Amino acid sequence: MNRLRRVLALVRKEMRQLLRDRSNLALGIVLPGLLTLLFGYGLSMDVQHAPVAVVLQDTSPGARDAASGLALSPYLAPRWVDSMPAAEALMRNAEVLAIVNIPGDFSARLAGGDAVVQLLLHGSDAATARTVQSYVAGAFAQAAARRADAAAHRGASAAAGAVQLQPRLWFNSANTSSWYLVPGLIVIIITLVGAFLTSLVVAREWERGTLEALFVTPARPAEILFAKLVPYFAVGMLGFLMCLAAARWLFGVPLQGSLALLVAVSVLYLLVALGIGLFISSVTRNQFVASQVALLTSFLPALMLSGFLFDLRNVPAPVWVVGNLLPATHFMTVVKTLFLAGNVPSLVLPEAALLVGYLLLFFAAALAVTKKRLD
Amino acid sequence: MSASAIVAQGLGKDFPAPGAKAKVAALAELSLEVPAGSITALVGPDGAGKTTFIRLAAGLLRPDRGRLQVLGLDVARDPQAVQDRISYMPQRFGLYEDLSVQENLDLYADLHGVPRAVRQARYARLMEMTDLNPFRSRLAGKLSGGMKQKLGLACTLVRSPQLLLLDEPTVGVDPLSRRELWQIVEQLIQGEQVSVLVATAYLDEAERCARVYLLREGRLLAGGTPAELRERASGLVQVAEPAAGEAPRLLQARLLDDRARVVDAVPEAGAVRFIRRGGAGLALARSHSVQARLEDGFMLLLDAADTAPRAAAAAIAAPAVAAQPAAPVISVQHLTRRFGDFVAVADTSFEVRRGEVFGLLGPNGAGKTTTFRMLCGLLPPSSGRLSVAGVDMRHARAAARRHIGYVSQKFALYANLSVEDNLRFFAGAYGLAGAALQRQLQRAYAEFDLQQVKRLPSGQLPGGFRQRLAMAAALLHEPEILFLDEPTSGADPHARRAFWRRITALAAAGTTVVVTTHFMEEAEYCDRIVIQDAGRVLALGTPAEVRASAGGGGGAATTMEQAFIGVVEAARRGLQEAA
Repeated sequence: MNRLRRVLALVRKEMRQLLRDRSNLALGIVLPGLLTLLFGYGLSMDVQHAPVAVVLQDTSPGARDAASGLALSPYLAPRWVDSMPAAEALMRNAEVLAIVNIPGDFSARLAGGDAVVQLLLHGSDAATARTVQSYVAGAFAQAAARRADAAAHRGASAAAGAVQLQPRLWFNSANTSSWYLVPGLIVIIITLVGAFLTSLVVAREWERGTLEALFVTPARPAEILFAKLVPYFAVGMLGFLMCLAAARWLFGVPLQGSLALLVAVSVLYLLVALGIGLFISSVTRNQFVASQVALLTSFLPALMLSGFLFDLRNVPAPVWVVGNLLPATHFMTVVKTLFLAGNVPSLVLPEAALLVGYLLLFFAAALAVTKKRLD
Repeated sequence: MSASAIVAQGLGKDFPAPGAKAKVAALAELSLEVPAGSITALVGPDGAGKTTFIRLAAGLLRPDRGRLQVLGLDVARDPQAVQDRISYMPQRFGLYEDLSVQENLDLYADLHGVPRAVRQARYARLMEMTDLNPFRSRLAGKLSGGMKQKLGLACTLVRSPQLLLLDEPTVGVDPLSRRELWQIVEQLIQGEQVSVLVATAYLDEAERCARVYLLREGRLLAGGTPAELRERASGLVQVAEPAAGEAPRLLQARLLDDRARVVDAVPEAGAVRFIRRGGAGLALARSHSVQARLEDGFMLLLDAADTAPRAAAAAIAAPAVAAQPAAPVISVQHLTRRFGDFVAVADTSFEVRRGEVFGLLGPNGAGKTTTFRMLCGLLPPSSGRLSVAGVDMRHARAAARRHIGYVSQKFALYANLSVEDNLRFFAGAYGLAGAALQRQLQRAYAEFDLQQVKRLPSGQLPGGFRQRLAMAAALLHEPEILFLDEPTSGADPHARRAFWRRITALAAAGTTVVVTTHFMEEAEYCDRIVIQDAGRVLALGTPAEVRASAGGGGGAATTMEQAFIGVVEAARRGLQEAA
């Protein structure tokens, strides 16, 4: 009874403090929103006037007509090139983002309805490549539609105008994608709120000297830590839900797996992140140091080494080892699997088990360093 | 319940020393008992181990040697059991500044499991005792220093503990609030049979306790009732009248310098109270014996324990001719400062003459700091005239700053720079270079006794050294006027004597000194003082004039503290009647 009242009093106090400290609240809510927009849009921004090399090996009016759609698109800036080698040279120098190769038999096959256009995409930025691909496809589709209209007037078969695009990705070393990026943001934002914001809370009490009085009360260390978790858990979940909503409705990322499973594993990872934050805070006892440590050991690694930006399959062994030590990396695997591949128990369950392990580890560590002692 | 609330036997606690491998003993071989049901005081100079002992008793530190029983429990073995039964007010009570007064109270009431039924009555009583009732919804961070301290005490007292631990609860608190705090504690003892252990730098507070322990450098120097400790100085205390026209502080400085025959000397009520060294013959004209106080016994005990020779202060130049018609260096006319609707300083006028020691006194929130900042050119006045060192502060604040030195309340030097680097930096800031710089540095080392610590980071210096360094830095450019904001807050009597001895020397050399303080007896060092409250000047004049105007009957009989409380309370009553 007394214990319950103590915990409630502590939780109430933490909630009030969080709500009154505007800067912290802003960090917890505005920053996730900002990051979502920055990463979501910043990296898959609409492409305008994208340079595209066009190799016209068929100079018939039909082929010219089909290719003219490229010039009409405001998103593309076609450069007419004489030969494939010349176009490939431009591509290698990254002067163009794609090559549209219209083969010599284009107009001949167009009549038969199985015309093929080769599209080679510069894949270093997959998001941009995909955008360019859709614009090129759109341009050909519009040209086809115009031809179909004309054919309909003449009473000919509509199928005759169809053009088949054969896209291929070049230089696709990074293998990132917009659909990969937005789900990954969930990991980044939970890490930010959980580890970074929470790293300040115990340190702040050490700095302001408020713990000294709090220690000499019946409040137990576990109760003090638990009370600190509650409001930051709420802020973390808010950030998570914002990110989830953005992924679903703003960026249209399909969720292949189960939503319930995704939420459950995210709650698990949020608790791990909170544990890391509390542990850092209790050890450093200094807000500045705590924030730096949290930034360097949780947020930045989650950004760089968790597979968010760079695929861990292609990194040197030491980096791979460090990456796999991070709880964020394992959560990243789960999130991407659930979003893009679906419920794959063989992938999701071991990673979730690992997260449970991290959870126990960090909570035990935070509790171990939070002794009601000043020396 | 046993007869002793705390029993310490051979208690020892070590701390790692900064920069050294060996540990330093903060407490060594300490054995003492705190009786149940009364107030026990822990006194001693800086670094005596008072705070360490209280933290050990609160279970916040673990002893390295010896045994410590609190309320019959072994603290080292079961700190939580002790923490469930005691209340503790640390030196810097950690109020949650973003919670309101009421929310802070509720939090501690919930943590201590105070039943809702008794809570309202308890709150009402605490709020009445602390006068915080009108401010219950105010954020704790927005309270003045004295009010924060009272709220800290109120939070500590939301329930009746078996043992109450107070670590310097009245540091930086004005005499009025200090008196109120003690009334609260004493009411509690009478009503509820609580045991109290209080560490304090104020010996008049220790005098009110049933038992006093004097610590020095982690060891127990003496213990007993205040009467027993007083007794040691019995027959050795005298009061000497200064010659006509001589400032009491000059006589005090002469006596203090006579180390062979005088243990201690302080100015008091226009005269000088001093302790004769036992056996030494000292015949002063116009002097008579008076009754010893606890502070006399304390100074005597510390003096006996002090083996290290204390640094001699700079000799005082020939006393300035008293009747010298000195020109005013600070002139304040109808000075007013508003912050929005709030009037921090209202229609204040006074003058400070060259070579004068001028004291600004007032309760917490009286407008002292605001006045001070305007005098230093850190804050522009809302209206009124203000000239410092002949410079109109409204137009030429930068020019005036060259003539002033400022020592702030908090240590404002760079903690990780060495003493020498700090001094060089401030000298550079004042434009000193070359031979002038060297001369000033050497002077600072010599005058403030900093030579042997000049390579140490200033953050690692003990409090007394830091204070001297701060003063040395403020005096590098030989300012005409030195401003000191609560320079002796939290300092022990020794450090305060040494501080005022330097001020006396500075004033004798022609420097004007403006100082704020919470130690009312320190007003006796001043030539003239002003007492402010709620932004208004309540009294202005020499200490003798202020004491007389307080109307304590016979003037000189009252102490400055009584005079201060009288003046402030009379003014507050007047305000209430007018309202």
